[in-house]
Order: sequence, then C-alpha cells, then structure tokens
Amino acid sequence: MKSYRSVQITYGVGLVLLLVAPAVIYPVLIMKVLCFALFACAFNLLLGYTGLLSFGHAAFLGSAAYLTGHALKVWELPVLLGILVGTGGATLLGWCVGSLAIRRQGIYFAMVTLALAQMVYFFFLQASFTGGEDGLQGVPRGTLFGLDLADDHNLYYLVVAIFVGAFWLIQRTIHSPFGQILKAIRENEPRAISLGYDVAKYKLLAFVLSAGLAGLAGATKTVVFKLATLTDAHWHTSGEVVLMTLLGGMGTVFGPVVGAMVIVGLQNELADKVGAMVTVIMGTIFVVCVLAFRRGLVGESIAFYRRIVGEKGR
Amino acid sequence: MTDFFGISLPALFGQLVLGLVNGSFYAILSLGLAVIFGMLNIINFTHGALYMMGAMFSWMLMAYVGIGYWWSLILAPLSVGLIGILIERLLLQWLYKLDHHYGLLLTFGLALILEGFFRHFFGVAGQPYAIPDELSGAISLGFMFLPKYRAWVIIASLTVCLATWYVIEKTRLGAYLRAATENPKLTQAFGINVPMMVLLTYGFGVGLAGLAGVLAAPATQVSPLMGSNLIITVFAVVVIGGMGSIFGSILTGLCLGLIEGLTKVFYPEASATVVFVIMAIVLLIRPAGLFGREK
Repeated sequence: MKSYRSVQITYGVGLVLLLVAPAVIYPVLIMKVLCFALFACAFNLLLGYTGLLSFGHAAFLGSAAYLTGHALKVWELPVLLGILVGTGGATLLGWCVGSLAIRRQGIYFAMVTLALAQMVYFFFLQASFTGGEDGLQGVPRGTLFGLDLADDHNLYYLVVAIFVGAFWLIQRTIHSPFGQILKAIRENEPRAISLGYDVAKYKLLAFVLSAGLAGLAGATKTVVFKLATLTDAHWHTSGEVVLMTLLGGMGTVFGPVVGAMVIVGLQNELADKVGAMVTVIMGTIFVVCVLAFRRGLVGESIAFYRRIVGEKGR
Repeated sequence: MTDFFGISLPALFGQLVLGLVNGSFYAILSLGLAVIFGMLNIINFTHGALYMMGAMFSWMLMAYVGIGYWWSLILAPLSVGLIGILIERLLLQWLYKLDHHYGLLLTFGLALILEGFFRHFFGVAGQPYAIPDELSGAISLGFMFLPKYRAWVIIASLTVCLATWYVIEKTRLGAYLRAATENPKLTQAFGINVPMMVLLTYGFGVGLAGLAGVLAAPATQVSPLMGSNLIITVFAVVVIGGMGSIFGSILTGLCLGLIEGLTKVFYPEASATVVFVIMAIVLLIRPAGLFGREK
C-alpha cells in the first residue's frame, strides 16, 4: 500500500509542477518536451513492455505531423479534428507496418521497421503535399472553446491535457490484463503461446497502439511548432526515441519522460554551440548506456533505492 | 533495334550496369553483415559508417598524403579493419551474453559518433575523387559504351565476394568458422581459439565494408553521409535474402541492384523505394527470407 501511495504522490506533484511550470520556463520548450515524452512513452509500451524494438517509429511521428499539418492548413479543419486525423493516419500506418514486421522476430523486426520507415521517408520526400525539403510551414493553430491557441499559454494547457490523457491511457494499458499478457510475451514468448494466447494478435495490437500514440505526439508537435518537416520522419528521429527510452529506463513508467527531458534539454542547450558534435554526444550517450547503464536513469535509481531501503523494509 | 518499349537500348544497358555497380556494393556489405551476424550475433549498424570511412580514408590519403587509388585499395580497408578490431575489443566483446538488441543499439550509437565526427570536420558536401588514369574512359561494346571504372567495380566486387565464399565454404579456416558459428562452446572445447576467430571475423567483415567504400569513392561523391542511407537499404537486402547463406547474400544483393537499375529506367519515381516494396512482398510470401533458415 505504501508504494501505491508514493506513486500517487509522485503523480500529484508532477501534475502540479506541469501546471505551474510555464511561469518559470519557456512554454514552447516544455511543450516540446511533452511531445517527445509522449513519443517515448508510446515507444516504451512496445520496447519496455512487449520487448519489441522498433527502429522506425519516426514514420508514425512524421506521418501524423504531415497529416495534421495538411488537415489544418489545407482542409482548414478545427484543431482537435486535425490532431485526430493525424493520429488516425498514424494508427492505420501502424497497422500496415506492424502486420508486416511481426512476421519476423528479434533483430529482423528492428531491421524491417527501419526499412519500412525509410520507405515512408522517401515517400514524403517525393510527395508534393509535404513541401519537400522546406516542410509544411505556417500551419494555423486555430481556436478551441473560444480561446486563441496562437497564445502559447492557452495552447500549453491543451498540450498538457493531451499528454496527461495519453499517459493515463498508457498506465491503464500496462496494468490491464492485456498489459500483463504483453509482459508475458516479453519474458517468454514460447510459453505465452503454449498458454494459448494468440501472440501475433497481441503484438500487433501493442504495435498499433504504440504507433497511434506516437502519431498523437507528432500531431501535437505540428500544432505547437506550426510546422511539419522531413526531420520528423527521418531515421535519426527513430534513433532519438530509442535513446530517450534507453537513457530514462525502458520498462519503467517515468523513464521515457525523464529521458525525453534530458535529451531535448541537451539538444536545446548544445544545438548552436557544437554543431554536428551533437550527434557525437548522442552517440556517446548511447554507447555508455548500453555498456554500463542498461536500466537507465530511472531504472538505476529504483534499483539503488531498493538496495538501501527496500531489502530491510520488506 | 535501338528501342525497347520506347527506351533507348544504350540508356537501358547503362542503367543496368549502374544497377550492377550498386548491387555489388549491396552484395559486399550484406555479405559482411551476414558473416558478422553469424559469429557475433550482432547486427552491425556501424557498417555504413565504416563504409563511409573507407571512402573518406582514400580521399584523405589522396588529398593530404598524395597516395593514389591502388595503394588506398589496400591501406584503407586495412585501417578500417584495424578500427573494427579495436571496436570489438573495447566495446562489442562485453555484449555477447546480452540480448541481441543491445548489439544493434551500441553499433547504432557508434555509427552516430563516427558520422558526427566526420561531419564536424569535413562538412556534408561531397568531395570529388578522381577515377585512376588506368580505369578512366570507356570501352565500346557495339551496342553501348561501358565505362571502364564501372566494369572494374563489378569485377573486383564479384571476385572478393566469391573469394570470401570460397574461404568460408571450402577451406579449413572456413570450416572452423562455420563450426564456431554453429556451436562456439563445442568448437572451443576442440582447442580452437573462438574469441580470436570472433575478433578476426569482425575485423574482416568490417574491412570488406572499407573496401566497398574505396571502390565507391570514384563512382560517387565522397561524403560523411554516404553510409547511413545505404546501410538501411542493405538491411532491407538482408531481410529479403536472409542471413543464413553466403551465396544467398551475394545473389540477393546483385539482383536487387539490377532491379533498382531497371526501375530507374521504367519508373524513376519508385527507384528509391523499390527495394523496400520488394522486402514487404517477400515478408508476405516467405517471411523467413528467400535464403533464410530461421527456425
């Protein structure tokens, strides 16, 4: 019971911090962090809880970003409907990519998702509606309930609402019977099969859900930056989300959020100071995490906490 | 008879040769990936970056030291191979007992580091690398002009691929290698130094990538970004072919290069994606890959 209460307190503190943060920090930066945190949480649902390493999640972020941008700018849909279009599109794409990728296991799964995402990238590179190298610029944010979303502070609360809603959905999924089956597949797939579970169906569902939520993150990102670019769909972005999850701690609830905070913060600090060396720093974090730090920041902290307190307390 | 469905024959053959050149690179790289995967159980994401380094090294040798193409052909793959040996000793050897995913993640991070370094020091613009005098010009075959350098790339790559196949399938060393791939513990028990074999395999596989880089240097622009896009296509090639068979890797690589060349003639818009489309079709029809023997 004690740990349950401490989790509730953490959620409460986090929510309060989120609500007062724009008074201290530039709201667009926090919104960027929230979008990437949602992206990483969606990814973690797949890697951390189902044991599937997708190296192509940028495809879902990118396609939702373009679809939402197109829906808001060209079709002039209201903002929520635009986000819905993007998320729906990414979900559909997730179903297509997922049903192909789950036909192979382990390392091949990662290669298949990477290759299919590259195909999506080339499609966006050549398609005329994406604006090619320039991207889709000047996407209008519109209004919601009479509030002008062009004001960063108004938009901020919409983004917080989307993030909290999606985060809650992910928590519910992880702790549901469905989530338990996903963990069983991660731990021992043959045993899950022998227990009579249709493993392929569960994997596909997890993939589609993860792709849809990644799409939601991409759609929201377009609204925040009024922009959808090729970077969103590039394999670098797929690598970034892996890094966020790995650095924060895969298979932990808050790991991806912490990872996204650190990586987005780092990029924000370093971008104009070191140029291409940002890639080198990201790569170094990758290597260090894999060699020495596989549980990630949150995972290692939990392990440390258990070592000094948990053993005696239990 | 110079037209074929409205496309001039010389243009068609020109694209086919170019397709074969690309296919040779796919073949060398996927062969290296397959050999490394067999021994180390790691998908080497760094392969693209090391291919780029092979090309960059030969450009640097030319630009800074004045060493020409023929010496680069030996020196660049050797240095890439040595770097590979360092990578294996310093980093990869700690991963063999872990989940496969970590190998991919670590080599991905390493690829970012290498690519970032070269981008930082040399920018993203392509550097020109001249074709050596002996191989410049073209041979007239009657129906088309065959650029000598392209012919050389195809012949050299095929020779290297077949030599690798011969060493692995027909020699004693290759037999040790196959035994160590199949069952490392048992092979070690027979007194064969398996960690050394692993080390040399990685060095060799990576050296092949470096060699492909040198061969590519005069054929394409030498740039720090040349490896990363190629490696993703090669991954698709590996998924299509499956990594079980050496010969399969070579054949799949060449065929996909040819198909890509044909697509450039008949439907250029799809030439960047055709390999991925084929991968999707293969996954639907034969999930284990054309030459795969996945459980």
